[in-house]
Amino acid sequence: MAKLKNREALEKLRKSLQAKGQTSQKLISLCAGSGCGAYGTAKVHAVLQEELAKHDLQEKVRVKLTGCHGFCEKGPIMVIHPEGIFYPQVTPEKVPDIVKTTLIGQQLVEKMVYKDPVTKKKISHEHEIPFYKLQKRIIFGNNGLIDPTSIEDYIAVGGYAALAKALFDMTPQDILGEVKKSGLRGRGGGGFPTGIKWESCRRHEGQRYVICNADEGDPGAYMDRSLLEGNPHSVIEGMIIGAIAIGSNDGYVYVRHEYPLAVTNLTMALQSARNMGLLGENILGSGFDFDVRISRGGGAFVCGESTALMSSLEGKPGRPRAKYVHTVEKGFREGPSNLNNVETWANVPVIVNQGAKWYAGIGTEKSKGTKIFSLVGKVVNTGLVEVPMGTTLRQIIFDIGGGIPKKKKFKAVQTGGPSGGCIPEQFLDLPVDFDELSKVGSIMGSGGMIVMDQDTCMVDVARYFVDFLKDESCGQCNPCREGLKNMLDILTDICQGRGREGDIELLEELGMMMQKFSLCGLGTSAPNPVLTNILYFRHEYEAHIRDKKCPAGICKPLFHYEIDSETCTGCHVCFQKCPQQAVAGDKKKPHTIHQDACIKCGICYDGCKFDAIKIC
Amino acid sequence: MRSNLEIDWKQIEEIISRYGNDKEALLMIMQDISDIYHYVPPEVVPVLAEKLGVRKSHIFSVATFYKTISLVPRGKFIVHVCTGTACHVRGAEKVMDALKADLKTHEGGTTVDGLFTLEGVRCIGCCASGPVMTVNKETHGGLDRSSALKVIDTYRNLSS
Repeated sequence: MAKLKNREALEKLRKSLQAKGQTSQKLISLCAGSGCGAYGTAKVHAVLQEELAKHDLQEKVRVKLTGCHGFCEKGPIMVIHPEGIFYPQVTPEKVPDIVKTTLIGQQLVEKMVYKDPVTKKKISHEHEIPFYKLQKRIIFGNNGLIDPTSIEDYIAVGGYAALAKALFDMTPQDILGEVKKSGLRGRGGGGFPTGIKWESCRRHEGQRYVICNADEGDPGAYMDRSLLEGNPHSVIEGMIIGAIAIGSNDGYVYVRHEYPLAVTNLTMALQSARNMGLLGENILGSGFDFDVRISRGGGAFVCGESTALMSSLEGKPGRPRAKYVHTVEKGFREGPSNLNNVETWANVPVIVNQGAKWYAGIGTEKSKGTKIFSLVGKVVNTGLVEVPMGTTLRQIIFDIGGGIPKKKKFKAVQTGGPSGGCIPEQFLDLPVDFDELSKVGSIMGSGGMIVMDQDTCMVDVARYFVDFLKDESCGQCNPCREGLKNMLDILTDICQGRGREGDIELLEELGMMMQKFSLCGLGTSAPNPVLTNILYFRHEYEAHIRDKKCPAGICKPLFHYEIDSETCTGCHVCFQKCPQQAVAGDKKKPHTIHQDACIKCGICYDGCKFDAIKIC
Repeated sequence: MRSNLEIDWKQIEEIISRYGNDKEALLMIMQDISDIYHYVPPEVVPVLAEKLGVRKSHIFSVATFYKTISLVPRGKFIVHVCTGTACHVRGAEKVMDALKADLKTHEGGTTVDGLFTLEGVRCIGCCASGPVMTVNKETHGGLDRSSALKVIDTYRNLSS
């Protein structure tokens, strides 16, 4: 592909690509994101190509391997355009039928159509599925339409038009003004106004750096990974626009080594942008130079913190420093450095294209635009969900997410990852934005939303996060290093039945000390999961400490399984499944468990169809 | 376990020069070396120090700070069980326990035959298909105890 020398060349290319796109009759978009990939997209793709060849359809039907569609629960996902026919959980065995019936016969394969788990209704088209219907996908929407390895695809859907506008119709001041007016706030979790950050970086002299934080360390959150994998050009375009506004020609993306597909797609995207004259020297003939390099992180959660990230970029251990001097003044290589998260950068082209006023019309008073959440855990429709700020937790978890599987009871939703907290049922009608969630002790964070049901032990969850953070603490400052270690000891004792009176109060005291005196954000927010947990689920802590019971049946020393002789039908399933031969009983008669042999693995509990196995 | 490891020095130098002997790329250079040997052989450290113009102590401090770098040999297959929150609430610990028992090793340990290294990893971003594990770079989702063991068996058969 030849270099685009000016704006006209870009627009001409776009028109020809769009015209070409309209001539194809059918387009199959097959999700090749990491989630669907784990379920076997590659095999489905191979069989699909074979089948199309068999029926001589290669010319008439285009197949696109796209990025994440969001509905990861149902992967691998196939959507047939232009109708938008949606087939979930496509296996290689299903492909011949789809080709024969839908592509040739123009009929639906009834048995493969998506069935809504809540209403039990069959829904054949993507846009009618409640999971998608209730979302507003302004950032994430193109993921299902474009092949992330093709810059032409991105240009065809309007890509790099915002860059051209920023280069030729706007001054850096105009861009700053527009981003400030849009009300965009940092999507990484901090929620700092993006325009103000850019402006203060621009104010400082020296070699300025524009950095993208793709070190998505929150366990349970994968929005950034899916954006980088599925639509890398939107992030690159945002960064270039940011660089124009800030006055920088040197950019970096700091991305997790654990995201190999994101690294591959981003590398490819950067190269094709360079080849087309959209990145590098003299972008689109404007005289503006900017290039982006990739740096791969090494699996350290603390490197999501700005100063640690910059230290890691310099090839050093990622240890944070105190921020008496902000990174916008002295950051990477001591130069003024502007760091924004992947999703923040992806919002920028939308703002420039649609205008600040349009953008500010979405969301709440102080949190504008949409936010992508990773809705995971014990919820029917897991996946990535993009909704306007201000959507309530109930709408997200129950209307879009379809509620809790297996008719279990909702217990809490964990937001904000290891820096956030667990929100109980009474706050389900809370609108989700930067400010509302912090009022109840959690944070919106980068967008992780982990749903927990009655079978989740809240003490165990707190212990889980503290264990995670203890490993991830860089160990420089005492409050964080020692505080987390002691918290973990206390929580482990509670979970193993050695909890003592006063432990809860001690946890609270330790937590407050850490919040006040830790060096960086990791330490000051580390006690949040424990403190909110105690605030809303104190009774579970007390049950562990006083009654030596784990009501959810997770902490092994604090419960045992019993079979309810009234409910047990003697179906013998548990008898057959038990790896320890700890279940006794004859067929069609109530069974019993030998407590001495039971290792509490839970296979019988998970496998019983009659809820006859009780946690005692 | 690999003994008397033959290091392809030409390849190591190629990796270093791919990054323009840039000391800021130290972590990535070590990651690329790990892709080949599954760890950073300590014999490489002095060479890195010389080529990048940094102290050996600096290399050790970086190597020990980041989880993706190991200075001790690891197995042919690196098994990463995701222990992220979503996988945790869906029973990742049960998968980990089953693998520990099957491979007769602990978290972070390598099997006696040098075939598998078992490690926990915090979220690989496949939360919808959790519990998830990766073996080298292949992802396996929707696991429980028995399917996880089946995955291990397929790799075991691959190498026999």
